[in-house]
Amino acid sequence: MGSIFNLQQIINGIQIGSIYALISIGYTLVYGIIQLINFAHGDFYMVGAYAAYFAVMFSAARKEHPNVLIVLLISMTAGAIVAFLSNRIAYRPLRYKPRLSALITAIGVSMFLEYTSSAIPAIGPSYRAFPQSALIPEHTYKIGHAILSNYQIVNMSVAVVLMVVLTYIVQYTRIGMAMRASAQDKDAARLMGIDIEYIIDFTFIIGGALAGAAGLLTGITYPRINPYMGIIPGLKAFIAAVLGGIGSVPGAMLGSYILGFSEVFGMAINSILGEGIAYAILILVLIFLPQGLLGKKTGEKV
Amino acid sequence: MKRRKTFAVLVSLLLVVALFGTVLTGCSSKTANNNGGSSQKTESEPILIGGVAPVTGPAATYGKSTKQGYEMALEEWNAKGGVLGRKVKLVFEDDKADPTEAANAFSKLINDNHVVAIVGSVTSSCSLAGAPIAQRAGVPMITPTSTNPKVTQVGDYIFRACFIDPFQGTVAAKFVFNNLKARKAGVIYDIGQDYNTGLAEFFKKEFESLGGKIVAYEGYPDGTTDFNTQLTKIIDAKPDVIYSPNYYNDDGLIAKQARTLGFTGPIVGGDGWDSPDLFKIGGDAVNNCYFTNHFSKDSKDPKVQAFVKKYTEKYGEAPDALAALGYDAMNIMLTAIQNAGSTDGAKIKDALKNIDYQGVTGHIKFDKDRNPVKSAVIIKIENGKQVYVTTINP
Amino acid sequence: MKAKETVQDKKIPLFKKRDFQLLVGTVIFWAIFYTLTKFGMMNLYWMHIINVSLIYVILTTSLNLINGFSGQFSIGHMGFAAVGAYTSATLTTIVWNLPSHGVGPFSLFILSVILGGIAAAFIGFLIGLPTLRLRGDYLAIVTLAFGEIIRVVINSINFVGGPRGIPGIPRFSSFTVIVIFTFLSVIVLRNIIYSSIGRALLSIREDEVASELVGVHTTYYKVLGFTVGAFFAGIGGALLAHLIQYINPLQFGFMATIYVLIMVYIGGVGSLSGSIVAAIGITFLSEGLRLGLDKLDQVTPFHVGPEWRMVIFSVLLVATMLYKTNGLMGDMEFKVLIPEEEDENAKHGA
Repeated sequence: MGSIFNLQQIINGIQIGSIYALISIGYTLVYGIIQLINFAHGDFYMVGAYAAYFAVMFSAARKEHPNVLIVLLISMTAGAIVAFLSNRIAYRPLRYKPRLSALITAIGVSMFLEYTSSAIPAIGPSYRAFPQSALIPEHTYKIGHAILSNYQIVNMSVAVVLMVVLTYIVQYTRIGMAMRASAQDKDAARLMGIDIEYIIDFTFIIGGALAGAAGLLTGITYPRINPYMGIIPGLKAFIAAVLGGIGSVPGAMLGSYILGFSEVFGMAINSILGEGIAYAILILVLIFLPQGLLGKKTGEKV
Repeated sequence: MKRRKTFAVLVSLLLVVALFGTVLTGCSSKTANNNGGSSQKTESEPILIGGVAPVTGPAATYGKSTKQGYEMALEEWNAKGGVLGRKVKLVFEDDKADPTEAANAFSKLINDNHVVAIVGSVTSSCSLAGAPIAQRAGVPMITPTSTNPKVTQVGDYIFRACFIDPFQGTVAAKFVFNNLKARKAGVIYDIGQDYNTGLAEFFKKEFESLGGKIVAYEGYPDGTTDFNTQLTKIIDAKPDVIYSPNYYNDDGLIAKQARTLGFTGPIVGGDGWDSPDLFKIGGDAVNNCYFTNHFSKDSKDPKVQAFVKKYTEKYGEAPDALAALGYDAMNIMLTAIQNAGSTDGAKIKDALKNIDYQGVTGHIKFDKDRNPVKSAVIIKIENGKQVYVTTINP
Repeated sequence: MKAKETVQDKKIPLFKKRDFQLLVGTVIFWAIFYTLTKFGMMNLYWMHIINVSLIYVILTTSLNLINGFSGQFSIGHMGFAAVGAYTSATLTTIVWNLPSHGVGPFSLFILSVILGGIAAAFIGFLIGLPTLRLRGDYLAIVTLAFGEIIRVVINSINFVGGPRGIPGIPRFSSFTVIVIFTFLSVIVLRNIIYSSIGRALLSIREDEVASELVGVHTTYYKVLGFTVGAFFAGIGGALLAHLIQYINPLQFGFMATIYVLIMVYIGGVGSLSGSIVAAIGITFLSEGLRLGLDKLDQVTPFHVGPEWRMVIFSVLLVATMLYKTNGLMGDMEFKVLIPEEEDENAKHGA
């Protein structure tokens, strides 16, 4: 059991959980407001990673040292633009249609972003090495027998900061109040003078920017990117967001860590069946908490 | 209600038209073929060769290299005046690394394009879905990279250009035990892929029969980026070496994360390691690592040097193992057609059986199971360069 | 076909006029393509694609029963297909060791397909149980998790090849076999939908609480819906295994389910006809694009490679959904798929 429940595995769990949290926090924001299962969120994240990659390559070509903050800004902008455009083109026309029609366009957008990036010669399907050390060189710290790297600290602190900031925005600002109002009842919110489409655009832009930032951070942590890199994280973000309770930002964060830890311990117990163990934990949690961890217990409307 | 009814009728009509449309195109291409006759086309018409590889989806990166290998070989033949005095043309189809798509692609190439031979596919699962179709139609097929022994067992029209799983795993185990003098090994491999699983299993079997001990045998699911959980378990078991028979993009990350966790011993892999991107992703972490391969890029063999130089000029990147195998597979097939003196499937098949071809990835002759008999080389990675260590014969 | 319809218990007798029409239509469909292939007027590629598309009809209609008619949201459907495919392929290939060219005892094959369906139905029953507590996306995640667990478990069993899959499966799924199974699946699903079970499922979709209040045993029907849907998915998977002659766990992953999900929603939720149209249409579109790109490549001055096929596919997917927001057929049915007794209702209904 020594190598299953030791400090290193706990650090590993925190690491994977933080990466999931980075993606799922942006995911849950959009998800909470329009209940759209945005399959393309993972691809916004991919776009962010590529934007950062090209930005670094560009500055390397000009023999400049890339500034991390500028690269972050570029990847967030790229993510935000793609998210905004996807909303306007593929989701907005379906706003008052059956919810699952937008699911299909989301799958379409996701496929479009993946296959187009893969088909364009400038990007191509091949893996690219992300210029990790040009942005943040790796340092490791030893805690007993366990090893912690600065990336893990960065990822976790960014995830925590994002969660706090977003919770603040959603709970205590005017726009946050408008977001919550739109989530509860679009028509009533409109009657109260809220410009719903503006709120949704805003949500998509924030969500896309967060996905872009997550793309940069995972690119630095796992220096390998390709056009299909968003599929699995996108799926995991969806799982984490639902597990945490639809629309709850702290819930998405908690869901991410639970997912991360169950994966690590599943894998540590038996790596062949590990994925299955993680999913089984997930099922158990949802059977006992059918509204997710921090989801609101909405009474059924009769 | 009326409008809806009209729409329903319209949809059904469209469906019928679509179905019949395909039948008609099917007819026309069939009759066109009957006029020409697939094996006695006129001199001016090119010989069609089918190519299959995944160029979309997560495996696209492997398919892209392989396809570039096909294309380069084909261009060289055409520059020399083609095969049997006719130009050769590649009809390429994507299989998305999905067996159902592969079956569709093989069926299209054989029944609709009437190709004389097929080079493909990349993954064993796709080749296993395509091979029965080629076998039934009597179209010879050579897979560049499918390592599962079952592929060529489908029938006598199916050949391959690469090693089979047992070979590389066994060679690596021998090398690790005899040359690196390692007695304890840890294994990390992708449990979703047959190539990785095959190499890992045969490594384990051979290493244990030599008297070594496998101290940790850990898998990870497809698409993993964080290998720390598995590596923590492996490193806690204190192995002398880690065997990582995966593809270069995973191996680069595995090496990096293993080094971060404090592992300093050698990491050993298979031909999936052979890619310039390995160093880009892995950086310094892949130093002091070894892998089994078909050829060494710094080999003095002029054929290898010419291939590496030409490929790098043409595509702006050094070839990986998949590109080299794709190139060789296409060359083997075209040589066989030339030797057969005909585009008749049965004759090409016989020519393939007796082929004796010096390729980039080694000297190729087929054994009775239509697998190539060729030796493996061990490559060491030093300061971001591949260095030839030794050759191990089967 | 909305909730306002009354729950009927009337038995639909076999072989009414429209059943006869449907049967005749199917036989004509079969005869045309069978003859065309037999006499070499249509090549085997198109035959193969028709076969694949008909298997997708089974998979799509069965998912529509769960997602469309009972209003649940399952995204683990290919897990059922995996159970069916693996059960039947294990029986024919590994246990009975039938020859791979498929001339062995045909009855054994049919038995294996049925057993595949039953095994899938059993798993479907298990997956249906959480529906007692879970709704909407929470349920979706659980079905996804179950689907993935099925894949992981199959992947770990060496007896069925693990990630190497099962090669050399006998080729029993001929055009005739597939047409018969598709016909039977569609007929059975239709009869279920227009029976008291179907009414109950529809009422649950429209308003679960209200239907419970009027005495519909909701949990029973929801689990039943899952079981029946899984049964046919298992049949579809078994047929696919004996057509492609090879299966591996990756074939039944999440992306494969997404593909079937697309067919359900493009066709129209709650429309069997829509599912049939979409399954055939999308399979043909996806293959037609291969030929289309071949032609396009010849006329354009620059090279258009097969990597653009899925780009066009995704654009068409989004465009279709934007243009026909309720799917191609909405919740309409072709007339032959509606029992005659329904005509009265249809006049007053939607």
